[in-house]
Amino acid sequence: MDHDELLRIADAERAKAKPNEIRCCTSSGCRASGSADVLKQLKASVAANGLNDTLTAVGVGCPGLCSAGPVVMSHPDGGMFGKVTAEQAKGIVAALSGGATDAQRIDPNQPFFRKQFRVVRATAGQIDPERIESYIAVGGYEGLYQALQKRPDEIVTDVTASGLRGRGGAGYPTGLKWATVEKMPPGQKYVICNGDEGDPGAFMDRSVMEDAPHQVLEGMAIAAYAVGANQGFIYVRAEYPLAIERLQAAITQATKAGLLGANIFQTPFEFKVEIRIGAGAFVCGEETALIASVQGLRGTPRPRPPYPAESGLWDRPTLINNVETFATIPAISRNGAAWFAAIGTDRSKGTKIFSLTGKVKNAGLVEVPMGTTLRAVVEELGGGTADGKAVKAVQTGGPSGGCIPASLLDTPIDYESLGKIGSIMGSGGMIVMDDTDRMPEVARFFMEFCADESCGKCVPCRVGTVQLHGLLTKLVERKATRHDLDTLVELCQLVRDTSLCGLGQSAPNPVLSTIRYFAAEYEALLQPEEFARPPRASVIPLSVV
Amino acid sequence: MDRVRLATVWLGGCSGCHMSFLDMDEWLIDLAPHIDLVYSPLADAKEYPDGVDVALVEGAVANEENRHMAKVLRKRSKVVVSFGDCAVNGNVTAMRNPLGKSLEVLRTSYLLESAGTGLKLPDDREIVPVLLDKVLPLHAVVPVDHYLPGCPPPAARIRAIVEDLLAARTPSRAAELIRFG
Amino acid sequence: MAVVTLTIDGKPVSARAGESVLAAAAEAGIRIPTLCHLDGVSEAAACRLCLVQVEGRGRLQAACVTAAAEGMVVRTQTDTLREYRKMILELLFAEGNHVCAVCVANGNCELQAAAADLGMDHVRYPYLNPVRPVDVSHAQYAVDHNRCILCTRCVRTCDEIEGAHTWDVAGRGTLSHLIADMGQPWGESATCTSCGKCVQSCPTGALFRQGSTVAEMTKDREKLGDLVLARREKKWTV
Repeated sequence: MDHDELLRIADAERAKAKPNEIRCCTSSGCRASGSADVLKQLKASVAANGLNDTLTAVGVGCPGLCSAGPVVMSHPDGGMFGKVTAEQAKGIVAALSGGATDAQRIDPNQPFFRKQFRVVRATAGQIDPERIESYIAVGGYEGLYQALQKRPDEIVTDVTASGLRGRGGAGYPTGLKWATVEKMPPGQKYVICNGDEGDPGAFMDRSVMEDAPHQVLEGMAIAAYAVGANQGFIYVRAEYPLAIERLQAAITQATKAGLLGANIFQTPFEFKVEIRIGAGAFVCGEETALIASVQGLRGTPRPRPPYPAESGLWDRPTLINNVETFATIPAISRNGAAWFAAIGTDRSKGTKIFSLTGKVKNAGLVEVPMGTTLRAVVEELGGGTADGKAVKAVQTGGPSGGCIPASLLDTPIDYESLGKIGSIMGSGGMIVMDDTDRMPEVARFFMEFCADESCGKCVPCRVGTVQLHGLLTKLVERKATRHDLDTLVELCQLVRDTSLCGLGQSAPNPVLSTIRYFAAEYEALLQPEEFARPPRASVIPLSVV
Repeated sequence: MDRVRLATVWLGGCSGCHMSFLDMDEWLIDLAPHIDLVYSPLADAKEYPDGVDVALVEGAVANEENRHMAKVLRKRSKVVVSFGDCAVNGNVTAMRNPLGKSLEVLRTSYLLESAGTGLKLPDDREIVPVLLDKVLPLHAVVPVDHYLPGCPPPAARIRAIVEDLLAARTPSRAAELIRFG
Repeated sequence: MAVVTLTIDGKPVSARAGESVLAAAAEAGIRIPTLCHLDGVSEAAACRLCLVQVEGRGRLQAACVTAAAEGMVVRTQTDTLREYRKMILELLFAEGNHVCAVCVANGNCELQAAAADLGMDHVRYPYLNPVRPVDVSHAQYAVDHNRCILCTRCVRTCDEIEGAHTWDVAGRGTLSHLIADMGQPWGESATCTSCGKCVQSCPTGALFRQGSTVAEMTKDREKLGDLVLARREKKWTV
């Protein structure tokens, strides 16, 4: 494969395209509501109407509005239909030539689509994720070619200059991480893509892997070249079978095309990728536990330092980034660091994908520039609550995050602002709640999740989460006293400050943030003490940090 | 100085702590002028009196009667001390907890079904106090002021805390005074 | 050998470069409580008892895996640390079924001793009272899971000193438990060499010699560290 060949493939694919396309989402959400049958019927209707010369029906990635699935779009006129049934397929095809359809139309210009800024999901809903040619036709692997024209350290400099920060949740500067691995002495190095997305209500990475598997591979390849690695692993949870299938197909196609393997773009750069399937442990999203799991060991975290960048997979320098982070790289490579750095805020650059779920009208995936307010995402893009009730709170960051009250919805979405109000960016889950949601119960749900998912290695997380769950249960069952509430807060602080890894350290966040903003709901559940107790003189400051 | 009104209580335990109390031997003679033993298995008092200054409570809370007694003594005492491991942490008395709720515990303990004797489980609430589903340490039922671990706490340890309490000092938490077991 | 100087609890302490804060403190006579640390095997940093405050670092650091560094200022005894250590011990006591009075290791148990040393005179959390088995299938030894605190010293000892890797951990959260080989009874393990090192490594009465009764199971934990040292230095005392 050389650059000319890449361009030839792109040209051929574009030349092959029919004037009109009818696109049907085939990603997990729509597939679950029957889009495979819809696509089959669309194809049959195109053939039956003798339209094969001017129209093709294709499966595409997720256009984002999952609550309206199965979604069908017509191109280039921009028509859009939602909750399409197989029976309606014929009518939709007929409608393209002026016929009638009873399929429900979706306004493609509504804020949900109009207000998005798509970098990572730029091609989602437009290309066939199962064909490499489809990706190449929209500029795929051009970023890798561009990167290979530079020295590895120049790419690291670019990524640093772009201001990209890790999309897995913690927001560590990506360039800094790359630089650390790049500066390690030459020798075996690895690149790992973390696709173990496990937060309840989060499905950004699933969609990226399903909709743009080649984009993930391209990002990984650029990273591998930059840091000097020749082997990559994608760690995907087993609960994402379609993502695994499409990634595997993409690896096969890219290898066959010479975009993975040896002498990529006729350079000495060599890069192979393998998939590792996670067995369903949330903690394996933590990088050291993930690495242990890839090695075939029990997926438990280990203390850092040493960081994986210095000593990771099989004790070799290892670059580990999240799916969305890698999928951002090709665009930075193609368009330049300055282009990316111009998007977003001062300290949080670029865009971020959020999965909007819960009591929101437009549930699905949105990609917006950093610095967009929560209110814009929830009320404008999300359309507020489904039944018009007032939004009570938004939970960001899953079991590691916090509940943000409606009064703070004007907070801009960036790493620092969310941290300041007691939540985190997290990987991008955003759960909208209305006044029927009880915050202590929400806190209890997340604590149950953490207690279930604790790996059991360190004491505060293993036992503390169980005791916290017990206390929250006592509370929601209206059996707890003020003494129990004090114990709850103290234990939260212990688990946060003393746990070994991020799972335990952040497990108390949903409790602490709901106590902070919805204290009255906790107070209302308290029972009087049967016996007077001496006041507690805790020696634990609210934060030891 | 007024004499301190001392009570000792025996809940779900083996009475070993009380035996250890008696092991203070001749010091009990020294203690006697300073206290009135107003309630104790060692004294003849049917009713837990009001206005107790210090209560040493042996044993875990294992049945309804223990629970009732714990609440009564808490209401009528200024200072409550968990006296020995059963009161402090459930100890041997609580070893039945993993076996299940009270009925399962009785079934396991009396082996009536497997023995096929047709005899009745001793769970008649008219005759014996009903077992709680879980044996609890005293402080899980009522607030406790001080803890005196040990199975049983050696006499020297008991003497140390009693001396501290008589002198209105906060009892020492030195390692040798609070070791379980 | 490079030497660094740091301050621990206000006392200037010198340490070999790369040495842990825990080791440096120990050499200076400053005791930091531990449970999962064992001389001679790798660190797990799992019990969290050895957490210390290091000036300039936001989070508490586990002394066993924190390298001593030049100019480092460490505090091992603060009110917060003492309280956290006590809470961690209370969580451990509430998690298993630890009945010191009837335990083979009574009087020779690191968990029991740590509780007394750190002023834990009762447990504030509800006891979980789990149902856990006792495995007496091995000819010489036995494991009572009720007393296991999952410190994984035995796992590391068996793997790193004996080289058998009979022990490992299965399950997760509070359902985590020790397993021999693939989870069969210990006595049926194909890899166990019956060397007994795991028994010596165990801080509690979870692993014990059969036939031991209350307070009879004494352990010689230092032997393991000595063995590793002797192997490394190739110096053996007979």
